[in-house]
Amino acid sequence: MKKTPLYERHLALGAKVIDFGGWAMPVQYTNVIEEHRTTRRNAGIFDICHMGEIEIQGEDAFSLLQHVMSRNLEKQSAGQMKLSLLLNEKGGIIDDLTVYKTAENNYMVVTNAVTKDRDLAWITKVREEKGYARVNLRDITDITGKIDLQGPLAASILEQITADDPGSLGFYSFSRTRVLGNPAIVSRSGYTGEDGFEIYVPADKVGEVWDALLEQGRGRGLKPVGLGARDTLRLEAGMMLYGNEMNENVTPFEVVYGWITDLDKEFIGRDCLLRQKEKGLERKLVGFEMEDRGIARHGYSVTGNDGKKIGEVTSGTFSPTLNRPIGLAFVPFSFREPGTEIRIDIRGNQARARVAKLPFYKRDRH
Amino acid sequence: MSKPSPDDRRYSREHEWAKDNGDGTITMGITDYAQEMLTDVVFVELPETGKKVKQMQVVAVVESVKSVSDVYSPVSGEVTEVNRILEERPEIVNQDAFGEGWLCRIRMDDPKELDSLMSSSRYEEFIKDLKH
Repeated sequence: MKKTPLYERHLALGAKVIDFGGWAMPVQYTNVIEEHRTTRRNAGIFDICHMGEIEIQGEDAFSLLQHVMSRNLEKQSAGQMKLSLLLNEKGGIIDDLTVYKTAENNYMVVTNAVTKDRDLAWITKVREEKGYARVNLRDITDITGKIDLQGPLAASILEQITADDPGSLGFYSFSRTRVLGNPAIVSRSGYTGEDGFEIYVPADKVGEVWDALLEQGRGRGLKPVGLGARDTLRLEAGMMLYGNEMNENVTPFEVVYGWITDLDKEFIGRDCLLRQKEKGLERKLVGFEMEDRGIARHGYSVTGNDGKKIGEVTSGTFSPTLNRPIGLAFVPFSFREPGTEIRIDIRGNQARARVAKLPFYKRDRH
Repeated sequence: MSKPSPDDRRYSREHEWAKDNGDGTITMGITDYAQEMLTDVVFVELPETGKKVKQMQVVAVVESVKSVSDVYSPVSGEVTEVNRILEERPEIVNQDAFGEGWLCRIRMDDPKELDSLMSSSRYEEFIKDLKH
């Protein structure tokens, strides 16, 4: 297994480590519910070094990205990030990723850990086929450290060690700044539904940044948070996970990514998506809440009243905030409205559940 | 560190404990090591009373946020009582696995089955090996 530069620190903090897509990652330090609540109440710090970063630079950078990305990047200004999708010709999702525009024709694309090599190969292939000669792709994952700092206290903790005030950043904006004197990218974004930041620093400096953040947060309730709570946090916030809700056989409209699919521009996968839109969808990803007891987990069947399989749970967990089991599932399109009753086969029991509005959790904005 | 395993009961390789009540029944639960591995238990599925089980058959299910775990019956017999309070407060399994967090009582078909289970000292050795 690959180790992040923070691996030894996780062991020293008593983390339970698991294999996540070939990376040895902390799944929890104490327990999932406690780490989840810490993030909602105070702040949590996450090792996200396993995610991929690809630098895309050169005169053809914009043209290449505009052709491979579902999102129209035309109006993106330097200092803005955009959530986008990489699609195959059939409109299937290769990855969901964020595109940071640092300057004209100068981008950093942040990918999921398990999809990074596939993304890089795909974009490289398109570059060759389309003859975009004046653009370089560089995998900077190994030299880039990434920490997420999430929660209501994130801004006030981070500002202690940054050159610029992170609190003045707009949502989905970023600055190229310094953290502990090191060159850094700091964006106001995350994967928890809380206010917070994604922090990129050189890999050999990420340890000292981690230590400094924990030091600044001492006495204010900041705690390290593992992948277990990262999953419950994102699920409550109605955010999807690649590999669970998405793969290359799933299109953006079937999940909740229609809003980042701009059919008014040309991109790979568009033709198939136009046809799908015209024909109508057969299935749709929805949120659900359990009415009966038990947790519906990834892979469990959604059934009709006659017990026949009509869909599948993609993610399911216990929501620490709502104090009840929640999840995401594919259901027939006619079952998509909130309030619709569904059943989920939990170890042979047809447990009752109800389609719920997403997100399950929304923070108060002051 | 998990709590020491009491020496007044027997242990299975699947991390269940069985305590002989002296009246032909046992009380059973999962060990402290098991609850520590599971962490944050959020749901316990208990059997119906009257259910007949064979030794090492699934008798209950314990779910944490991250995982689902089957609980095996340490003996063959009939379930006579279940710890209903766990349906409302599953976290008791974490807090007191050897005590208040018991799962059910079973009337044994054959008390000799207890001999096939481990003593507390052997179980302690067993989990020590698992940790390495």
